[in-house]
Amino acid sequence: MKKTKLFTVIGTLSLLLLCMTLISSDHFDGTNIEGTTSDIADFYAFEGENPESTVFIATIQGNLNPGGITDNANFDEDVLIEFNIDNTGDFVEDLVIQAIKRGDSVHFFGPVIPNQTGLESQIITSTTHNVVQISTSSDTYITNENGMSFFAGPRRDPFYFDMNRFIDIKLGNAAPSGFFSTEESTDFFNELNTLAIVIEIPNSLLGDAPTHILESQGYINSLPQAYNVWVSSKRKQ
Amino acid sequence: MKKKVIYIKKISLLLLLLFNFLLLVQCKDDDDNGNVIYQVNCEDGIQNGDESGIDCGGEYCSPCEDSGINFDGTFLQEDIAGRPAVNTIFGFSDLSQNEYNVSTVSNRSNLQEEFRTVLEAYHDIYAISLEIPVNDLDFETNILNWDANIFSTVMSQYDALQVAPNGPTTYYDANQNLVFTGRSLSDDVMDITLKLIFGGTDGDRFDGNNNTPQLTTDAVGSGNRDFSLPFPYLEPAL
Repeated sequence: MKKTKLFTVIGTLSLLLLCMTLISSDHFDGTNIEGTTSDIADFYAFEGENPESTVFIATIQGNLNPGGITDNANFDEDVLIEFNIDNTGDFVEDLVIQAIKRGDSVHFFGPVIPNQTGLESQIITSTTHNVVQISTSSDTYITNENGMSFFAGPRRDPFYFDMNRFIDIKLGNAAPSGFFSTEESTDFFNELNTLAIVIEIPNSLLGDAPTHILESQGYINSLPQAYNVWVSSKRKQ
Repeated sequence: MKKKVIYIKKISLLLLLLFNFLLLVQCKDDDDNGNVIYQVNCEDGIQNGDESGIDCGGEYCSPCEDSGINFDGTFLQEDIAGRPAVNTIFGFSDLSQNEYNVSTVSNRSNLQEEFRTVLEAYHDIYAISLEIPVNDLDFETNILNWDANIFSTVMSQYDALQVAPNGPTTYYDANQNLVFTGRSLSDDVMDITLKLIFGGTDGDRFDGNNNTPQLTTDAVGSGNRDFSLPFPYLEPAL
């Protein structure tokens, strides 16, 4: 009887640990931010429907199950989401677009030259300022101003990957077979949501693009000029 | 005098009727855009709707300038993302993943060697399981003709999305001879990354055939996701 109880406790604890790992795995990030409101899940940058514009998408707080968990997820007023654009090829931001929640909306500033680069930022309020009401699962709000478009709210996660099998591979638990066949594989993100910030912006507001880094380093020839872009999350101190 | 009073009364009555008539006039709200609410009516130069000032405030317009919203303070980096899954793949310890999240893109030259070691570690796992000496199974120059040094340098020191304003977006398209000109929603970035790590010179080194481990694809596609939507391009939450 005692033994059964012990096994039950061990079993429950193992299951709990497994669940915690799965729930908080995000796109498998460091524990300091995993599952917090500053946790960036993913980043996309592509040519817009209007080819003269570029779209930036940051997904924040990934792995939201549909229903209450998604409905209750929200952006954090203390977390600044910053889209960084390098125009010169030195991987230091020359322009930023800043996004932060206030009330029921997300406010956007820029694109603007940052007053400092690197790990710390201040919000630059003396520049182009746009606002979009945060969408819900049922209502979508979009702001269109001066050729720019803005969105903030929950969306289905566009990322697809057999994350659990990859974790096994990384831990050495899937050798020597590797990934599963099509029939056995599972898209971990298929039924999950994420909070998304989407910006579409005319290229004319993004400045010049430098020589593609792979070309300037001599790794690949004949690539078009390309901005270097990334997204960061920064918490108020 | 009496005539004048009657005249004023008549005028008042007319005005009252007119006023009541105006009260009955209302804007018809039949713009059903499938719940998409466009906020383009905040530029008409008058205070209308639920605006609290001219073209500002209310549910749909930007807040008015004197709304007193505070944007002060200093914000410190907690997370960063450039190319997909770089930290997921190359961060082999919690410590290194956390460090990566609070580093700047331009200050990662110290990570190149670590990333190269990780590339070899993935290969060592399979060497051991296939009972091959670990030194005999190393990263092989990949389809982009990058050796382990170049690949780990590109992934560590230049970890941003390169996005071409005047070219098509693709993470990798062999047919167009393009690589890293952005990242579309439909790009199978994980298969591309796996192929660059495990595919070797021809892209099929560890593809699961000929008794090799299947490491160049996770065999997962985008399923029933719809990547053809207009702005904001993403499907509504499930």
